[in-house]
Amino acid sequence: MLSAFDNFPALLIWLPLIGGLVAFLMKEEGQAKTWALFSSTLTLILMGASLLYTDVKYFKLNQVSYYWLRDIGSSFAFNLDGMASMLCLLTAISFPLIFASTWNRSYKNASAFYGLMLLTQCGLMGVFMATDALVFYFFWELALIPVYFLASQWGGEKRIQAAFKFFIYTFAGSLLMLIGLLYIYLKTGGPSFSLAAFYNVQLSAGEQTWLFWLFFVAFAIKMPVFPFHTWQPDAYEQSTTAVTMVLSGVMVKMGVFALIRWLLPIFPEAVAKFDNVVIGLAVVGMIYASLIAMRQDDLKRLVAYSSIAHIGLMAAAVFTVEKDAMQGVMLQMFSHGVNIIGLWIVIELIEQQLGVRKISELGGIAQKAPILTILLVVIALANVALPLTNAFVGEFLMFSGLFRFSAWYAAFAGLSIILSAVYTLNMIKHVFYGATNTLTEGFLEIGAEQRVILAVIVVMIFMVGVFPGPMFELVEQVSDVVVKRLTDK
Amino acid sequence: MNAIIFAAAWGVIMMYTGVATRRKSMSRNVAVAGMIGLIAVTWLEYAGLSFFNIPLGGMLEFSTFSLVMDLVLFASTLIFFMLSGSDVEEVGIYGADYFALIFFVLCGAAIVTAFKSLLMLFLGIEILSIPLYVLAASDKRNLKSNEAGLKYLLMGSFSTGLMLMGIAFIYGGTGTFYTDGISMGTTAPSTLLVAGMVLLLISMAFKVSAAPFHFWTPDVYDGSPAVFTSFMATVVKAAAFVGFLRLFENAFGKMQEDWQVLMAIITAATLLIGNLTAVFQQSVKRMLAYSSIAQAGFMLFAIFALNNTGKQGLILYTAAYSLATIGVFAVLVRMKDYTFEGFNGLAKHQPLVAALVAVFMLSLAGIPLTAGFFAKYYMLVAALKTGKMFWLVILGVICAAISIYYYFRVIQAMYFREGNDQGIRLSEGFKTTLLVTAVLVILLGVHPDWLLQLLN
Repeated sequence: MLSAFDNFPALLIWLPLIGGLVAFLMKEEGQAKTWALFSSTLTLILMGASLLYTDVKYFKLNQVSYYWLRDIGSSFAFNLDGMASMLCLLTAISFPLIFASTWNRSYKNASAFYGLMLLTQCGLMGVFMATDALVFYFFWELALIPVYFLASQWGGEKRIQAAFKFFIYTFAGSLLMLIGLLYIYLKTGGPSFSLAAFYNVQLSAGEQTWLFWLFFVAFAIKMPVFPFHTWQPDAYEQSTTAVTMVLSGVMVKMGVFALIRWLLPIFPEAVAKFDNVVIGLAVVGMIYASLIAMRQDDLKRLVAYSSIAHIGLMAAAVFTVEKDAMQGVMLQMFSHGVNIIGLWIVIELIEQQLGVRKISELGGIAQKAPILTILLVVIALANVALPLTNAFVGEFLMFSGLFRFSAWYAAFAGLSIILSAVYTLNMIKHVFYGATNTLTEGFLEIGAEQRVILAVIVVMIFMVGVFPGPMFELVEQVSDVVVKRLTDK
Repeated sequence: MNAIIFAAAWGVIMMYTGVATRRKSMSRNVAVAGMIGLIAVTWLEYAGLSFFNIPLGGMLEFSTFSLVMDLVLFASTLIFFMLSGSDVEEVGIYGADYFALIFFVLCGAAIVTAFKSLLMLFLGIEILSIPLYVLAASDKRNLKSNEAGLKYLLMGSFSTGLMLMGIAFIYGGTGTFYTDGISMGTTAPSTLLVAGMVLLLISMAFKVSAAPFHFWTPDVYDGSPAVFTSFMATVVKAAAFVGFLRLFENAFGKMQEDWQVLMAIITAATLLIGNLTAVFQQSVKRMLAYSSIAQAGFMLFAIFALNNTGKQGLILYTAAYSLATIGVFAVLVRMKDYTFEGFNGLAKHQPLVAALVAVFMLSLAGIPLTAGFFAKYYMLVAALKTGKMFWLVILGVICAAISIYYYFRVIQAMYFREGNDQGIRLSEGFKTTLLVTAVLVILLGVHPDWLLQLLN
C-alpha cells in the first residue's frame, strides 16, 4: 500500500485529490479557504523538494508505473521529467498564489469552490506527468470537468453560456483526439497505451496527415490558437478571477505542452508537412488578437486577447523544431503563467475596490496607490518581454528560432510584440496615470498581504529574467530529445 | 436454466402474495427477496452448479457470456426494485402483479440470452414482450398510458409477425431452426435465407428501437408510467440486444460482409436521430426516451463489429447505461415536474441527490472516470478493430459530443439555476441505494476489469 506514495508523481496527484475531497466536507468558508491554502502550499513544498532529485540516479522517485488495465494494455504511468517538472512547478506555484490573492473574496458555497479548485490541480498534475495515453486522456478530461463547474457556478451574468461554450469546444476537441489515440493504440503491437509504444509506432504518411489534424485541433482549442479561440475571451471575462487565473495561467499550457509531448514526436512527417500552415495560423492569430486587444475597454478582455497573442508565439515556436526555441517555449510557458496571474491579481484588486474594470471609467490610480502601480508596471513590462524580465529570455529564443525558420514570419510576429507594447502602455496610461475621477478618487493603497503576493511575483520575474540558467538545465534534455527525433527522420 | 425456472416460479409466487396479504410493502419485500434469490441461483450456475438437468435438445446454451449478461440484468433489476419498488406499488392497485410481470419478463430475458434455436428466440422475445404491454398500460385511468400500451402492443405484434415470417423463410432456406445449422447454410445463401435474415434484422431493430424502426419508442416511453419506462429502457432493451447479437453472431456471423453495410447505416441513423431529436426536448422524460435511442446506436456498434471487444463492450454498456438510467429515473419518478425546469435548483434543496444525478448524467454522456466512458471506449475500439467504415466511428464521436448538450442541461438546471423547493421527500434508504449505484458507476469507470474478468 505504501508503495503508492513513495514517489513524487503519486504524491503530487494524491495530495490535491485528497485535499479537494476533504475541502468538500468543510462547513465554513474560512475553514475551507485555510485548508485549500494549506493543502496547495504543501503541494508546492513537495514540488520544490522534487526539484532537488532531478538527477538520473533518483529515477525511481520520479518515474512510476502501476498496473491498471492489464487486458487493455494501460497502466498508471507517470514521469516527472524536465518539462513535466517545469509545468508541475507552475501548477504548484499558481494555486497558493491564487488562493492567497483572492483571499478577501467570499464565495457562496465556498467549500465546493475550493474542493473543485484542488481537483483541477490534481487533473493538471496528471496531464503533465502522464506517460500513458489513456491516463493522459483521463486527466485531460478530469481537469476539464471541475473547471466547467467552477466557471458556471461563480462569475458574471452570462457565465453559464460562456462556460458551456468552453466545455463543448474542448470536449469535442478531446473526442477527436480520442479517436486518434485509439487508432494509434490499435496500431501498436501489443496493443499498448504507453508513450514509448506510441513513439515507436509506424504510421504511413497518409495516416499521419489526418491523425495529426485530429490531435492538433484538440490541442489548438485548448491553447487556443486562431481560429479556435472564440470560446476564450467570453470564458475569461465571465469566470470569477480565481478561475480565470487557472484557465489562463495553467490550463492553456496543457495545449502547448501536449504539442511537444504527444504531437511532435508521434507525427514527425506530418509536422514537417504542415509546419508552415500552423505557424501561419499562429502568426495571423497573434496579429489579429493584438489588434483586437487594442480596442478592448474591459481589462479582462484585454488580457484575454493578449494571452492569445502570447500563446500564438509559443505555438509557432514549437513548430520551428529548433532546440533553443523549444527551450524558450518551455521557459515561456512558466513565465507567461506567472506574469498573467500577476496581471489578474491587479485587475482583481481594482475590481474589488471599485467594482469596475472598464478602462474608460478608470484613471489616476497611481496618485492614490503608488506601490500597486510600481508592481503592476513591472508585471506589465514583463508581459511585453522587456529585457531583464523573465519573458524576455523565452521570447528572445522563440524569435531567434522563428527567424531562422523564416524571416517573414519573424517580422510579422515581431509586429505583434510592438502592438502588445502599444496596448499595454496604453492601458497603464489610462488606468494608472492621468487625472483621477470621482470613482478613483477614493482608491486606497493595497494592504501588506497584497504587496507581499505581488512582490513574490515580481521577484520571480527578475530571478528568472536574470538567472534563467537552472530553468534551462531543467528542460534541456527534453528539448534535445524531441528535436533530435524530428530532425533525424 | 436455473434462472429461467426460478424467475417463472417466483412470478407465480408473487401473484399469490397479492392474494395472501393486503400490505403493499410485503409484496415489495418478497420481490426483492426473489430478486436476490434469482441472482444467487444464476451465480451458482455460473460457478458450475445447475439444479436442473433437463434435456433441451441443444435449443439453449448457457455460455459464460449469457450468464454474465443475466447477472448484469438481474443486478440492475435488483437496484431498480430497491430504488423504485415503492413507486411500482403507487402505479395502481395491483402492486404484487406488477412485480410478478417483471419476473416473467426476466424469465423471457434469460431465454433470449441463451437461445440456440430460433424457436427459443421467438419464445423468449414473446415472454419478454407480453408482460410489458400490460405494464405500459398499467396506469389505467391515464389516457397516455393506455395509448402507450396499445401502441406498444400493435407495434410489438407487427414486429413479431415479421420475425415469424423471417424464421419461416429461414427454415425454408436451410431446413433448420438451429443457429449452428443456419450458419452452415450461409456459405451459399439462398434467396429465402437472405430474405429471412433481412426480416429478422428488421424485427430485432424494432425491439431495440433502432432507426428507422424507432417511432414507437418516444410515445411508449413517454406515455408509460415513468417507473416502468425505466425498466423498459434498460433491462428489456439490453436483453433484446443480447438476442440481436447472439442471432447475428451464431447464425449470420459468416455472412457479416453482406449485412455489415446495412448495419452501419442503421447504426448511423439511430445515432443521428436519437441525438438530434433529444436536443429539442423540453421534458426530461422524453429526452431520456430519445437518449435511449441514441445509446442504442452505440450498442449497435457491438453487432456491427461482431468481435470480442464488442461483446465485452456490450456487457459493460448494459451495466453502465442501466445503472445510470435507473438512477436518473428513480429520482425523476419522485419529481412533480418532468420538464427541465423541474430540476432547477435541485442542488440547493437536495445536494446529495443532485450530485448523484450529475454523476449519472456524466456517465450517460461518457465522461472519463464514469462507467459510461469505458462503455463507449469499448464500442469505439470494437468498431476500429474491424478496420472498416471509419466514418462510423467519427459519426459516433460527433454524436457523443452532441449528447453533452442535453445531458448537461439537467446539470445546468440543478446547479446553476434557481428554483423552488418541490418538496420531494426521499428516504435515507433511497439515498443510500442511490449512492451505492453512483459508486458502482464510478468504480466501473475506474476499473472496468472488475466486471469484465467474470468473462474469463
